[in-house]
Amino acid sequence: MDLSFTPAQTAFRDEVRAWIREAMPPHLAEKAAVDAHFEMSEVMEWHRVLHAKGWVAPNWPKEWGGPGLDVTERFILTEELELAGAPQLSPFGLAMVGPLLLQFGSEAQKQRFLPKILSGDEKWCQGYSEPNAGSDLASLKLRADDDGNGGFVLNGQKTWTTYAQYADWIFVLARTDGSAKKQEGISFLLVDMKSPGLTVKPFLTTGGTPAFCETFFENVAVPGDNLVGPLNGGWTLAKALLGHERTLIAHVGHSARALLRLKRIAQSAQKDGKPLLDDPVFRAKIARLEVRFRSLQTTNYRVVAGAQLGNAPGPESSILKIRGSETLQHLMELTMEAMGHDALAWFNPPGVVPPIEQWVASGFNYTRATTIYGGANEIQRNVIAKLILGLPSR
Amino acid sequence: MNFELSPDQKLLVDTAAAFARKQSPVSRLRELRADPVGWQKATWKQMGELGWLAMLFPEELGGFGASFVDLCLVIEQLGATLVPEPIVPSVVLAGLPLLRVGSDAQKQRWLAPLAAGDVSLALAWAERDGRYDAASVTTRAERAGAGWRLTGEKVFVLNGHAADALLVSARTSGGPRDREGVTLWLVEPSAPGVTVQPIQTMDGHHAAMVRFDGVELGDDARVGALGGGVAEVERALDDGAAASCSEGAGMMQTVLAMTTEYLRTREQFGVKIGSFQALQHRAVDMFVECELAKSMALLAAIRTDGDDADERRSAVSWAKAQLGESGRYVTQQATQLHGGVGVTDEHDVGLYFKRMQVLSSLYGDDEHHIARLGRLPSFTRDL
Ligand SMILES: Cc1cc2nc3c(=O)[nH]c(=O)nc-3n(C[C@H](O)[C@H](O)[C@H](O)COP(=O)(O)OP(=O)(O)OC[C@H]3O[C@@H](n4cnc5c(N)ncnc54)[C@H](O)[C@@H]3O)c2cc1C
Repeated sequence: MDLSFTPAQTAFRDEVRAWIREAMPPHLAEKAAVDAHFEMSEVMEWHRVLHAKGWVAPNWPKEWGGPGLDVTERFILTEELELAGAPQLSPFGLAMVGPLLLQFGSEAQKQRFLPKILSGDEKWCQGYSEPNAGSDLASLKLRADDDGNGGFVLNGQKTWTTYAQYADWIFVLARTDGSAKKQEGISFLLVDMKSPGLTVKPFLTTGGTPAFCETFFENVAVPGDNLVGPLNGGWTLAKALLGHERTLIAHVGHSARALLRLKRIAQSAQKDGKPLLDDPVFRAKIARLEVRFRSLQTTNYRVVAGAQLGNAPGPESSILKIRGSETLQHLMELTMEAMGHDALAWFNPPGVVPPIEQWVASGFNYTRATTIYGGANEIQRNVIAKLILGLPSR
Repeated sequence: MNFELSPDQKLLVDTAAAFARKQSPVSRLRELRADPVGWQKATWKQMGELGWLAMLFPEELGGFGASFVDLCLVIEQLGATLVPEPIVPSVVLAGLPLLRVGSDAQKQRWLAPLAAGDVSLALAWAERDGRYDAASVTTRAERAGAGWRLTGEKVFVLNGHAADALLVSARTSGGPRDREGVTLWLVEPSAPGVTVQPIQTMDGHHAAMVRFDGVELGDDARVGALGGGVAEVERALDDGAAASCSEGAGMMQTVLAMTTEYLRTREQFGVKIGSFQALQHRAVDMFVECELAKSMALLAAIRTDGDDADERRSAVSWAKAQLGESGRYVTQQATQLHGGVGVTDEHDVGLYFKRMQVLSSLYGDDEHHIARLGRLPSFTRDL
């Protein structure tokens, strides 16, 4: 048993770290240093930098432009990008619809869509959730009716559609057979955001940043070629996505960064004329949180090591989403506490408060979403109770 | 990175698991609670024959140079059924310091028979009001002619009631809490002036308060350098902490399985109680804690085998603090989810609950390890 990375893996980590330092344009690095919110234009700028390096789609096969990294290298790359505070790329094309097309798409669909996802020329969003279909996704109602010519006509609404306001394409789960059982009448469709009848209304998140939208469909025409997988077979695709890249779901790089930032802030914050970090009570609070972080990180390493050997994900991988999101929330909370009222500033013009204070409250608020999206933590617990602990349903 | 067991380790785990299941199910601890010793010589001998008492020793002492991880794998399996034999007190707390700094004669005298399961040992380090501080030593060893005279009292000496030899920390110079000036000694409990007062602990184990009233010692009883004892005891406590994390991880697996089994079978309101979501989520959180504690037990064991002292200390403290938090959660919720039967002495869950409480305080509780983490260099690295 061995917990160290191999010399080659360590060299790869060093390479990634050095490259990020060199490749990140100064105006992005400046924002990264204070964990500022990145505009979509900046996210896409970073996308293109990563694309030029060949690292934009770490888990894609080489023939479609992936870098040919193994699972541990992909983990290291992601961990380092997160640790550096680099703009987080939109996952909808690269990590969601891309892999689904690779697995289920036709050759023509792959040719049509994958290269532009890779290059960033086309941006994507995910249309799953609806006002009355959140955790209970299979009760979704967006209708896709047969248009008589092999195509579909869409009517209904999606919501919480992150980045719909910037997207060129949306992938949706839509009901193609209203008479079938809940899960069985759903299809997976690709829809051009410029389609007539498709409108988008952005929401502001509690983090004060625009992220998600309501997306409305009124007689939106979708060609039959845009159906991925079999008609009424969309639920299988939706479920397939859940199994992808379990190793990255805990975002340990983000937590590692948040922990380091917390300590730095506590070191510069003053209490009774001394650094807050020297206060034994506060130090103990940080140390306790560090223990939680380390146990998460070590569990994540177990999962990566298992995946590297080609093993199916063990039961321990199922705790990563729950624990990763909760750890990040705890870290943000304690960061707020460390800063005291200095953390309370909210979107002031540049120069009014120090840059580090500008973004902490926004990040703290937005982090509340991590236990909700991607399968709320309560739903994760339901799944573990049933599938891993074998507890009975009612 | 690799968390897979090697074929040898798999064999070790299977052997230990089968041993625990067949030779020492929890009912054995339950019966031995009433026994004044609390463990059995025949079983100890068997463990010696299986090679578990000498795994880390070199061949000439009957060992096979295994790793600390290997030992922890065995301890985890024995923890699963609460096997009461004193492996950690004998091998980890007393045996390893002897192996590290003892003389050849001392090793031959004590480690070779320990390897065979013919003797057991104990480390007498803790003192009243000393809490978890290995330097808080008032027991004195003073020069007396060519030898030494030992005076003082040690508390909660694990296996102190049964050990054939005690490894005792005593001050040879300096003040009550100085890190320098503490020396280790090998003392036989039969020596004139030694009083062993056996005590019971809440987990059904036994220990001892040990008094030394002018016990005469030769210089050959000294273990390691004069005045260098604190570092050795601290190292032993770290190793004990790491081992206890594996023991605790093994216990938690059993407790989780016991609880989910109960949730699947117990009925109230006409349904299995495991169908209540409030209880399902509690069980999932227990599962989460089990996995986290297991990860940390592995990390601590792996780092104990490594050469980097700072990495070892941080890993041990992370793991021990995690054990405190996870172990409490898992055993407390297990009791709760069993309802009334969970607080009867007849049900096994209480035995695990109590042993976990003991483990969480031995070798430093989470409070202690959290405070220590804040003082380690790794805490402020990269700031
Ligand atoms: C920041 C953010 C971005 C998002 N981006 C997208 C996106 O791009 N595309 C998209 O399709 N969706 C997106 N979502 C939607 C997300 O997937 C849903 O919010 C999530 O599935 C929960 O659904 P809901 O909001 O309707 O809450 P509900 O399902 O109504 O849940 C409300 C509460 O009830 C709990 N609950 C529900 N059912 C159960 C149950 N069976 N047992 C116990 N508790 C239960 C939930 O855990 C939650 O706490 C995003 C959400 C957020 C917060």
